Amino acid sequence: MTSTRPLDRFRASGLLWPLVALLVLLAANAVVRPSFLALRIQDGHLYGSLVDILKNGAPTMLIALGMCLVIATRGIDLSVGAVVAISGAVTCSYIAGAGDPTGAGAAFAGMGIALALCAVLGLWNGFLVAVVGIQPIIATLVLMTAGRGIAMLITDGQIITVRNPAYRTVGAGFLLLPVSILIAVAVFALVALVTRRTALGLLIESVGINPEASRLAGLRARTIRWTVYVFAAICAGVAGLMISSNVSAADANNAGLWIEMDAILAVVIGGTSLAGGRYSLTGTMLGALIIQTLTTTVYSMGIAPEITLVFKAVVVIAVCLLQAPKARAVLLRRTRRRHTPPDPDAEAAGRPSTHTPTSAMVEKVAQP
Amino acid sequence: MTTSATPVKGKSPLALPGRRSVPGRVVPVIATFVLFVLLFGVGTARYDGFLSGQVVANLFIDNAFLIVLAVGMTFVIVTGGIDLSVGAVVALSTMVAAAGLQAGLPAPLVVLLVLAMGSTLGLLMGLVIHYFEIQPFIVTLAGMFLARGLCFVVGVESISIKDPTFRTFATAAIPLSGTVSITWSVVIALAIVAVAVWVLHRTRFGRTAYAVGGNENSAMLMGLPVARVKVGVYVISGLCSAIAGLLFSLYMLSGYGLHAVGMELDAIAAVVIGGTLLSGGAGYVLGSLLGVLVLGVIQTLISFQGTLSSWWTKIAIGTLLLLFIVMQRVFMRRQP
Repeated sequence: MTSTRPLDRFRASGLLWPLVALLVLLAANAVVRPSFLALRIQDGHLYGSLVDILKNGAPTMLIALGMCLVIATRGIDLSVGAVVAISGAVTCSYIAGAGDPTGAGAAFAGMGIALALCAVLGLWNGFLVAVVGIQPIIATLVLMTAGRGIAMLITDGQIITVRNPAYRTVGAGFLLLPVSILIAVAVFALVALVTRRTALGLLIESVGINPEASRLAGLRARTIRWTVYVFAAICAGVAGLMISSNVSAADANNAGLWIEMDAILAVVIGGTSLAGGRYSLTGTMLGALIIQTLTTTVYSMGIAPEITLVFKAVVVIAVCLLQAPKARAVLLRRTRRRHTPPDPDAEAAGRPSTHTPTSAMVEKVAQP
Repeated sequence: MTTSATPVKGKSPLALPGRRSVPGRVVPVIATFVLFVLLFGVGTARYDGFLSGQVVANLFIDNAFLIVLAVGMTFVIVTGGIDLSVGAVVALSTMVAAAGLQAGLPAPLVVLLVLAMGSTLGLLMGLVIHYFEIQPFIVTLAGMFLARGLCFVVGVESISIKDPTFRTFATAAIPLSGTVSITWSVVIALAIVAVAVWVLHRTRFGRTAYAVGGNENSAMLMGLPVARVKVGVYVISGLCSAIAGLLFSLYMLSGYGLHAVGMELDAIAAVVIGGTLLSGGAGYVLGSLLGVLVLGVIQTLISFQGTLSSWWTKIAIGTLLLLFIVMQRVFMRRQP
């Protein structure tokens, strides 16, 4: 299996290219605008471009974490953008209609209701995918299309603005660092702990490789798939709270528009295969940071913000192509294995990380 | 029913006596047609003036570009792929057309330019998908970002089209009977549907597309030109998007980078409602046409109602999608 030397293990983890991309982006920024790396403390808050990137990237990170687990089970969740809109819409309309629209009680109750509703939406997605057995991409397309309509229904087509200090903390508050990034990092730590320190991560990956075989092996494949969709929806709900609380308003039309695409990109850039069976949470976080840094870079370089999309496209294609030979090598080996013993050429041709899903699993099982 | 609705009714069973006589495959298309008739019946029963030739003609006029998009998407989805870039390519086409005309290029040259651009984008995406084995979802997502971004490279503001050729072509009405008239866009869209029906259901290319969608490895082992077809469907989709973009610029008489946002979802929804399986290997072009018409009728119903807000359209489309997907599960019993 892989060597135990730290550098090799790092290369094998597939985090090399995303990290290089992020560092190149940051370096390019620092060269063009030396003040980019500057951090200053004002009123007990940390300010600077780097902090901005973290703060604006928090919703994408959070959604990407949920998406990462869904993709690991060979699924996809297109509805997260709509869930973002619904979550903000529910909270803002609850707070606006509450007896005391500025109190913390209204904010917490509103957020609680919103997250509960998001969990129900996740249950719905999971039901369609895991129980009815519809392809994930279509099952979640239903909610993606209808969800924004539902959000508009809740807000009655209006942009609802609220003035609630407690609610504002979620997206715009500071505890030295922005509260939103603290939430995202906390969720990341929690997910990493729960999936990587227990067998859950391994089970999720095995469901992604072959749901039927996993079920026959005694895993509750259905429950696992169901759970990841609920988790993704709750993550999207929290991200929706951040986005709407940052501007103290719920915009059913534009909140979280295309954020599902950003989240999927973040996951893919981070080295998680859309074919399922293998995922990297750290890579996903790096991917989300790359996307946000790219956006911030374009803003700060004075290029029209709309053109960000061109850069995004270039980065996606570049990262995917860098990862593609690996996919080819894996595929070659699999097809050849049926006829001949493993070909050393295919081994050598592999990129730094040539884990087939099975080898990744064997390795994990081998680790205590 | 009226003149324009009859051919649809007549054509629908035309695809049936072909090679595939498995009833299960045709049921979704028939269900879509029944749904269309039912929705139209509801409209006729509830609103005065709903049952008129012009309402049907308007269905085609207002959705000509979507029909073309859905046709291109059908090819891609039949091979088991997906093309998320179509909406963005429509926007890019309107933008290039408007900017080209503004710069004083002759209209035919602009049209050729747009068509070449759409096909090239499709070709590039198809090549990357096939030869680098990256999921169509991600590649066409990148294509979508690229095309949208390029729109804004051409120009951030909306550009109106003042070219007399384009304007005459856009506003010219073809009278079908005393009170009913259609536009040239409808004629183009229906011509494309006819060509697509022939290509997908009557040529070797189309048969290979079904084979690739059914099982790519088997298709390859049978010696079918998998590479050519897999890349070809994305070229077709790109070309259709460019044509749809031209029709859309005729409809809006402007080019703008924010045109057709989310139209790829409408196209996919129409194809799914039309009975095409997203896992590939089954589907009919005419089903997609019916899918578009169903979406169109829903919009017309909501605008006739007047009191319902436009977001009900989205909820209705989502519900329909769900209905059809569940129905597909029941009839097909195929694993995802």
